[in-house]
Amino acid sequence: MTRKNSIDRRRFLARALAMSGAAFLTGCDKLSESEWFPRVLGSAEILNRKVQHLITPRRAMAEEFTETDLSPHFKSNGTHVPSDLEYQALAMKGFRDWRLKVSGLVKRPTSFSLKDLRALPSRTQITRHDCVEGWSCIGKWKGVRLSVLLEHAHPLSTARYVVFHCFDSLDLSGDKYYESIDFDDAYHPQTILAYEMNDKVLPIPYGAPLRLRVERQLGYKMAKYLKGIELVQSFEHIAGGKGGYWEDRGYEWYAGI
Amino acid sequence: MSLSSAKSFSRRTHRIYRHTLPIRLTHWINAFVLIILLMSGLQIFNAHPALYWGDKSTFARPLLFMGAVHGSSGQVKGITEIFGHKFDTTGVLGASKVEGQMTPRGFPAWATIPSLQWLAMGRRWHFFFAWIFVANGLIYVLYSLLSRHFSRDLLPSGRDLKSLGRTAWNHLLFRFPKGEEAKHYNVLQKITYLIVMFGLLPLAVLTGLAMSPWIDAAFPWLPASFDGRQSARTIHFITAFSLVIFFLIHVFIVIVSGAWNNLRSMITGRYDIREPAGT
Repeated sequence: MTRKNSIDRRRFLARALAMSGAAFLTGCDKLSESEWFPRVLGSAEILNRKVQHLITPRRAMAEEFTETDLSPHFKSNGTHVPSDLEYQALAMKGFRDWRLKVSGLVKRPTSFSLKDLRALPSRTQITRHDCVEGWSCIGKWKGVRLSVLLEHAHPLSTARYVVFHCFDSLDLSGDKYYESIDFDDAYHPQTILAYEMNDKVLPIPYGAPLRLRVERQLGYKMAKYLKGIELVQSFEHIAGGKGGYWEDRGYEWYAGI
Repeated sequence: MSLSSAKSFSRRTHRIYRHTLPIRLTHWINAFVLIILLMSGLQIFNAHPALYWGDKSTFARPLLFMGAVHGSSGQVKGITEIFGHKFDTTGVLGASKVEGQMTPRGFPAWATIPSLQWLAMGRRWHFFFAWIFVANGLIYVLYSLLSRHFSRDLLPSGRDLKSLGRTAWNHLLFRFPKGEEAKHYNVLQKITYLIVMFGLLPLAVLTGLAMSPWIDAAFPWLPASFDGRQSARTIHFITAFSLVIFFLIHVFIVIVSGAWNNLRSMITGRYDIREPAGT
């Protein structure tokens, strides 16, 4: 065989390889944009949730750290300052007029001021915050356990999820941020509504005046700038129907992974 | 036909059954799934193209960082930083062309699934195929143990280990086993396959799981054994690239030690044994 032939063959093989690679990529992109394939891929979310819940004790606690572990710079993600006018008016007055409404499938719809919340028993925890992007920061949070508020409101037996409504919107569509968790997480001892971060009043970039902490899930579950809590049987009627702002944009409702 | 190939035909050649069906199936499923896991993994990495050590991200001191800066004339430049040393990697890492436009992104569009920046979709691909990877791996391990493929074909014998130096030297000279010797994996193959299948692949699964905050609550020793979640992420990344290096060497040796014969044996199971000259 001549040398030229073998070079031709090599060039042909390289081109064939490049072309099949490009075809593979285009195929993956087409599948990603299809209606059915992401749904098939999404079935793994159910498996992740079921298997992870099966092997994890209900009350398994997220690791708690010490003061020396605190991140010197805790990254603020999502909204840094909500543009909502009502929010800005409340912020101007140090959130003195702000109230957290508790509504939906409860016997006693109520609302709490910051002062009310601070008067309730608190929990302080130093935990690791894991962002879906991949980074982690360690922060100290003080707040009221969500279970305490739920006991005040008396959820009806039909209630299955706790939905968190927020002041901020991340895009120009005006869709407000919201999130939802189930009762396992809602009654977990580390699930708190935090009003303090690193021993200071919760700063605005981190969700003032009140934000959710769900320590066994990713950061996007931990709604900031809380406005109200609603107990529901299903979140299908809320916004995009997937149970959260990012969930409506393709992210998993179960963010334990 | 040239003279040399006529001569090689005059040597005795016979075909043996080298790879059983379960091995061939799990091999190709694994290869396909690992490519998807790698590329969707790079998509996920691109959401925050930096690596750290420990529990938390030390943003000011990353181990590895890919980013984009604006050059003096306003053009976008890709920078990769490793242990504080900066390299210009424009076009591949840090900044690469997306639909003709130089765009800041960790790995280039041709290396990620999906090709455009789309974290939510990358996660869907990654977690779905991770389950297939684990299921396929379990089937392989169970089959290998029950069929004694593991003890018979993969565990190196004392004689194997003694031949380590000689086998390595022959490989460096591109002299590959012939005749009777070619009927079994050689010691380098055995060690490499054991490291990959019982070392790197399980490590990929464990470091992957250690990144799950839910799993970390259930098994705090898991992230702790990797010195924290961020180091688990870093080890996950290193494991992936160790597999890429294995893949490149594997394919190279497959090609230089008889491409078609090797490929056929992994498709049909049949492998040609050529008796050494002079027998």
